[in-house]
Amino acid sequence: MPDTLRPRDAKDVEAAVQSALAEGKTVEIVGHGSKRAIGRPAQTDLTLDLSALSGVTLYEPEELVLSAKAGTPLAEIESLLAAKGQQLAFEPMDCAAIFGGAARRGTIGGVLATNMSGPRRIKAGAARDHFLGVCAVSGRGETFKSGGRVVKNVTGYDLCKLMAGSWGTLAAMTEVTIKVLPRPETEQTLLIRGLEPAQAIAAMTAAMGSSCDVSGAAHLPADVAVRAPAGEIAGGAITALRLEGFSPSVAERMRMLEALMQPFGELASTDETLSRRLWTAIRDVEPFAADGPARSALEDERALWRVSTAPSRGAEFAAIVANAADAHIFYDWAGGLIWLTLDPGEDAGAALLRRAVAATGGHATLIRAPASVRATIDVFTPQDRAVAALTKRVKDSFDPKGVLNPGRMWAGV
Amino acid sequence: MSVAMPPPDQTVLARRERIVAALRAIVPGEGVIAAEREMRPYEADGLTAYRQLPMVVVLPETTQQVSRILAFCHAKGIKVVPRGAGTSLSGGALPLADGVLLGMAKFNRIRDIDFANRLAVVEPGVTNLAVTQAVEHAGFYYAPDPSSQIACTIGGNVAENSGGVHCLKYGMTTNNLLGCELVLMTGEIVRLGGKHLDAGGYDLLGVVTGSEGLLGVVTEITVRILKKPDGARAVLIGFASSEDAGECVSKVIGAGIIPAGMEMMDRPAIHAAEEFVHAGYPLEVDALLIIEVDGPRAEVDHLITRLEAIAQSCRAVTCRASRSEEERLLFWAGRKAAFPAVGRISPDYYCMDGTIPRARLPQVLKRIRELSEAYGLAVANVFHAGDGNLHPLILYDANKPGELERTEKFGADILRLCVEVGGVLTGEHGVGVEKRDLMPAMFSEADLNQQQRLKCAFDDKGLLNPGKVFPTLHRCAELGRMHVHAGRIAFPDIPRF
Repeated sequence: MPDTLRPRDAKDVEAAVQSALAEGKTVEIVGHGSKRAIGRPAQTDLTLDLSALSGVTLYEPEELVLSAKAGTPLAEIESLLAAKGQQLAFEPMDCAAIFGGAARRGTIGGVLATNMSGPRRIKAGAARDHFLGVCAVSGRGETFKSGGRVVKNVTGYDLCKLMAGSWGTLAAMTEVTIKVLPRPETEQTLLIRGLEPAQAIAAMTAAMGSSCDVSGAAHLPADVAVRAPAGEIAGGAITALRLEGFSPSVAERMRMLEALMQPFGELASTDETLSRRLWTAIRDVEPFAADGPARSALEDERALWRVSTAPSRGAEFAAIVANAADAHIFYDWAGGLIWLTLDPGEDAGAALLRRAVAATGGHATLIRAPASVRATIDVFTPQDRAVAALTKRVKDSFDPKGVLNPGRMWAGV
Repeated sequence: MSVAMPPPDQTVLARRERIVAALRAIVPGEGVIAAEREMRPYEADGLTAYRQLPMVVVLPETTQQVSRILAFCHAKGIKVVPRGAGTSLSGGALPLADGVLLGMAKFNRIRDIDFANRLAVVEPGVTNLAVTQAVEHAGFYYAPDPSSQIACTIGGNVAENSGGVHCLKYGMTTNNLLGCELVLMTGEIVRLGGKHLDAGGYDLLGVVTGSEGLLGVVTEITVRILKKPDGARAVLIGFASSEDAGECVSKVIGAGIIPAGMEMMDRPAIHAAEEFVHAGYPLEVDALLIIEVDGPRAEVDHLITRLEAIAQSCRAVTCRASRSEEERLLFWAGRKAAFPAVGRISPDYYCMDGTIPRARLPQVLKRIRELSEAYGLAVANVFHAGDGNLHPLILYDANKPGELERTEKFGADILRLCVEVGGVLTGEHGVGVEKRDLMPAMFSEADLNQQQRLKCAFDDKGLLNPGKVFPTLHRCAELGRMHVHAGRIAFPDIPRF
């Protein structure tokens, strides 16, 4: 077991990275470790546990900003926001379902470092779009900041964007500032029953191309729908379209949406409670939960992939995979986000997934697989030569000695 | 000009003839401009107080040409300044005497419109408004709407991360991009993103956006397009004080309403605009708010009713909701004409662009008034109230000796004030040369060094748009040096497990 350091403040983090540099040691950065099983398995000398860097340091609801130390629990932030009628609009997922373990774990630093956004991504943007300011310690052991605490800022390079989705390979974040937004007054979901994936994507495309302001568009084929909260009313595949906002607006848009979706199939609508349950399930990928009622007992042994592609290519992507393997698949982001599980085999289906990505564009990330598999294949989509070289130079500009989360994304990065 | 640019490299200037010839071999015909008279239009951008003729202007038409130009300049150690339409208000496209000015205006085609995936693939020289015009027949539009949108190009918008009056609800440029083709200073061509959402690795597109032409030259951009809302209405609210107006803005946000636009003007700006366009603005108020909401009819009407109630609770002196599209546009006409309106009442004006935490507005306005008296220069303020982006317009006369210099000092004081109250130097216009030397007011040396190290990852010789953004230039080798103190006590005093 690597030695674990638990810094109390940002100064400690700086000292820890400097000492690691001096001793030539590598460091794994963790918060709660809720997403620790994603990526290439860490083989570091030390673990830097940032969970003691905790606490909201600024929250001004009327300015739409919140600052917190990087190790602050996401659950604490979400509760605080909810009390003021606000939320994180990018809908961060709870990874407990797919990995098992306690619910509502994860830190704000981990949420931002992985840039994993939920169903509302299509309307409200990703985690990176809400990331306003950062204070961090680079792999050089130097503290730096970027951005600010205002929502509109173009002063200097936007290093927050670079921190988002860098999986701790560039710097250890110590404090972050995020944009927060009002929580919708109400929500409703329209369900269309029994569509095939290609029809469902056509329906979702029509909905997204309307002025109904859809904030969630997902399709669960029959084998996945039975594992979802709304499954009992569907009795087959469901295509779900969410509307959120002020009550009179949601009511009017629901009338518009029903008229638009009528030609696609049989419609049903959900009340607010069921709508919330359904979108939480989609956000957290509950149909592919590691352990839970009504799941395939073997589900936790199946490899889980997360794929981003152009929505219009979603069904094609899924068909390439489904024709070659026994896959369970569902679609979020109007067809642009595909969650799928496969029999792990030797490579967790990597060769097949890479082939499908090459055909349709986008990227695929292996989210769940045994460490032995993750150690031998590319977990993140391999990059072409020019982008890989640029990525490596960017890594070196923050962490020239390869101290922080080395190899988590790609070997050498 | 009071900003020092990197000294011209005499060895490059001595080779000018040969450089021009080499560029002509890459871009034939009229694509290379070397005559002084013909280069004149390129000597400044929208920040006209700063002027400099470039060594030569090149107007490539293909990505391959851009790649070959940059590879040539990289090999020969020649500086390059990229330029879109030249509407930058911060001097981002200010030429260098020993630099190639790379004009991207000929990249003016829309390559693909994909309604199913709600995106358009465009070349960087396409104007912002032209993107909307290309998709509006199907009811779509491109959301970022900087006020120069008739002229400014998408490539320039990417470089500056441009905003606009609707960015509180719809985001800045960076929130509306999916991908780009980027040529690095070495001539290497990289593709970032695509038609899908989010990066599969580092968000390099995110860091290129707003990098002010220092990291690479964008040759193709994929932007998101949105369906136009069914309708929009605006409400025009006058207040006796900026405090009351500020309270109203806070209560609107506090009520969970994110308006499509929320603009504030102070008394001098109101008067200048009203005299110019006769929008029917109340002249007896100290602050005027224009709040616009969009969406389906039921939502818009519901929100207008709520906005009127909030305005009354904040002691509004006047309150008018638009009853027709003509009236809504008239409300905006005054605000949109605020800059030229101020231009009518003063020989020259200087537009500042700080962002502040909104709650500090009354304090900042008071201090600006004090500075205005001390400098003897009048100011009109327009304010993107929703996101705290303040545009003080300093009125001056460039023909009066010393007045431009006083104006620049006054402007710098305003921006330092923005940083002091927790804000930033620039909300949407960029640092460029204009705010370059103020960067240390906001960033430490370590902050700036890390940013410049990132630049080195893209541009190892510092040839792309040098002299912009960073007050001090360092060589990449110097920035990359590490001082690791071996033999220190390991992990002094940090709890371990």
